[in-house]
Amino acid sequence: MSEILNMLDIVKCYFLDAEELVVLNKINLKINEGEFVSILGPSGSGKSTLMNIIGCLDVPTSGKYILANNDVEDLDEKELARIRNREIGFVFQSFQLLQRLTALENVELPMIYAGVSPENRHKRAAEILGRVGLTDKMNNYPNQLSGGQQQRVAIARSVVTEPTILLADEPTGALDQKTGQQIMQLFKELNDEGRTIIMITHDTNIARYSKRIVNILDGCLSEGAVS
Amino acid sequence: MLKESMKMAWSNIIHNKMRSFLTVLGVLIGVSSIIALITIVQGATGSITSQISSLGADKITIQAMGTRLKQGLNENDLVQLSQVNNVSGVSPTVSGKTSFVYDRNVKTGVSVEGKNEVYFKKESDILARGRGVNILDVNNKNSIAVIGSDLAKELFFGTEPVGQKILINGNTVTLVGVLKESSGSILASTNNTVIMPYTSAMKTLGVRNITSVDVYMSDANESESITNDLTTILNSAFNYRENTFSVLNMQNIIDVIGNITGMLTLLLAGIASISLLVGGIGIMNMMLVSVTERTTEIGLRKALGAEPAQIQLQFLIESIFISLFGGILGLILGIIIALSAAVIMDFTFTITAWTIILAVGFSAAVGTIFGLAPARKASRLNPIDALRHV
Repeated sequence: MSEILNMLDIVKCYFLDAEELVVLNKINLKINEGEFVSILGPSGSGKSTLMNIIGCLDVPTSGKYILANNDVEDLDEKELARIRNREIGFVFQSFQLLQRLTALENVELPMIYAGVSPENRHKRAAEILGRVGLTDKMNNYPNQLSGGQQQRVAIARSVVTEPTILLADEPTGALDQKTGQQIMQLFKELNDEGRTIIMITHDTNIARYSKRIVNILDGCLSEGAVS
Repeated sequence: MLKESMKMAWSNIIHNKMRSFLTVLGVLIGVSSIIALITIVQGATGSITSQISSLGADKITIQAMGTRLKQGLNENDLVQLSQVNNVSGVSPTVSGKTSFVYDRNVKTGVSVEGKNEVYFKKESDILARGRGVNILDVNNKNSIAVIGSDLAKELFFGTEPVGQKILINGNTVTLVGVLKESSGSILASTNNTVIMPYTSAMKTLGVRNITSVDVYMSDANESESITNDLTTILNSAFNYRENTFSVLNMQNIIDVIGNITGMLTLLLAGIASISLLVGGIGIMNMMLVSVTERTTEIGLRKALGAEPAQIQLQFLIESIFISLFGGILGLILGIIIALSAAVIMDFTFTITAWTIILAVGFSAAVGTIFGLAPARKASRLNPIDALRHV
C-alpha cells in the first residue's frame, strides 16, 4: 500500500504575550492508502491543531509534511486551496452546510472550485447523495433535514471530489448515539470501498470503528491499539 | 467560475432584500441627482442659447454713439460696412416711440423701427400678409409701414389693416403688410412694433443719425475676422476716438453663456457626486457587514478549496451588482426627473449617450472601489478562525 501522508517532526507553536506555547511537539505520522485512522485525545491535547495541519488549513512552525507527494511547506495560499480541494474532504462536527443551498447544491460546492462543468456536477452530486441514501432529499434545504441527514450530506460533499483523504473532525459530536452509530457505519462502508479516513475524536467508543488508533496527549503522538 | 460567482452574489442580494434595497437606494439617489442636474442644466442652456440665437446668431450688431461732431453712421459708412468680406448685407435700425392714430383711436408710446430691404430678406418668414420694405421704399423714403400682429389686432379688429392709412407722428403712412406673431423671446418680439423704411422712419421720428446697424454674415464661422474688419472701418469713421462704438457678436455671448453653464454643470455634478460618494460608503458598509456575517461561509468555502482570488471576486461582484443596479435605476429616475423638469420649465429634453455612459460607468466604479476593501478582507480571512467563528 502506498504512503499518502507523511509527517516528520512537525512542531506547532503559538506565541501568547511573548510566551511560547508548544501545541504539537515533534509529531511523526505515516498513513497509507486505505487506512481508517482515529486520532484520539482529550480536549487541549492538540488534536484540532493537528487536524488543521493535516487538512492544510494551517502550516506547521517546523517539520516536514508531505501529503500525496506534495511538500506543503512551501505552498502559498492559492496552492494550499488547490491542495485542500483536490486531496482533502472535510467533515465537521457542526456539518457546515450552507443554509441557502439545497443538499444537492451543497454537495456541488467543492466541484465548483475544482472547475467541474454544471452538468457533470449535478450528475455526480446526485449519484453520491444516492450513495449515502438521500436520493429523495436532494432538493431539501439543510433546515429541512435531520442532524443525521445533514451529516450524510456533508459526507457526500467530502467524498464527491474523490479526495485522497477524508478528514472528519468529531463527526458524531452533534448527533445522538443511534444516529452517530449509523454515521460511523457509513464511514466504515466508505473505508471498505477503499477510502482513506482520518478521524479526530475524544470518544473511545467512536474510535473503535477505525482500524488504527493514534493517541495524542499534550502535543505528543503514540500509537494505540484497537481494543 | 465567473458565472458561479454571479449566481452566488445574486442569491445573497436576494436573500437580504431590505438591506440590498437600502444600499441600492444610496447609489440610486446619487446617480439620479447627477443625471437630473446635468440634463436640466444642459436643457436650460440649450433653451437660453436658442433664445439668444433667435436674436440672431448669424448677425453682428453695431451700436455707434459716434463723436460730438458725427453722432452716428451715414450712408457712406453703411456702404463700406456692407463691403466687408463674408458680409451678405447690412440693415440699419432706427427706433423710437411715437403716437399712432387710426380712425379715432390714438395710441401713444408705439415702438417704431426703421429697417431696410435687407432685413426683410434676411429675417424671412416674418410676414403674415402683404409685403415688406423694398429697396425703392428706402430710396424714395416712401410713407409705408408694416404692422406688428398684436397692434394690428388691437387697432384693426375685424378689418384688414393692409391698405389702411394711419397717422404716425402726424405723417400719413400706408400699411402694406402685417407681421406674423413672433414666437421668439420677449427681447426680439415685434408684436407691438411698426416697421418702416429706415429713411422714412428717420424723417418721421426726426432722427438724423444711424446709431444701430445689424450686419448679416454669410459665414458665421468667420465672425472673428468680420468683427475685426468692421472695427477697422468704424475706427476710421470715428477718427479713432475711444468709446464711440461697440460691436456685439451674438456668437460671443453664446460662447460666454456656454462657459458659464459649463462651469455650473461641473459644480452641480460635483455636489451630486458627494451623494454618490455617500452611496459608495453605504455599499462598503453593507459589504463589511456581509463579510462578517458570512465569516463561517467564507471559512467553509476556503476549506473546500476556494482560492483567495475566487472569494474576492464573489464579494466584488456582489458590490458591483448592487452598485450597477443603483446606477441603472438612478439613470431611469434621473431621466424621469429631468423630463418632468423639461415639461415644467419648458425646455427641450435631450440626453446624450455620454450621460448614460457616465452614470453606468460611475456606479460600476463606485461598486468596485468601495467593494474592494471588504472583498479583500473576506479573501484574507484565515480559514481556521473563520470556521470557528460563531
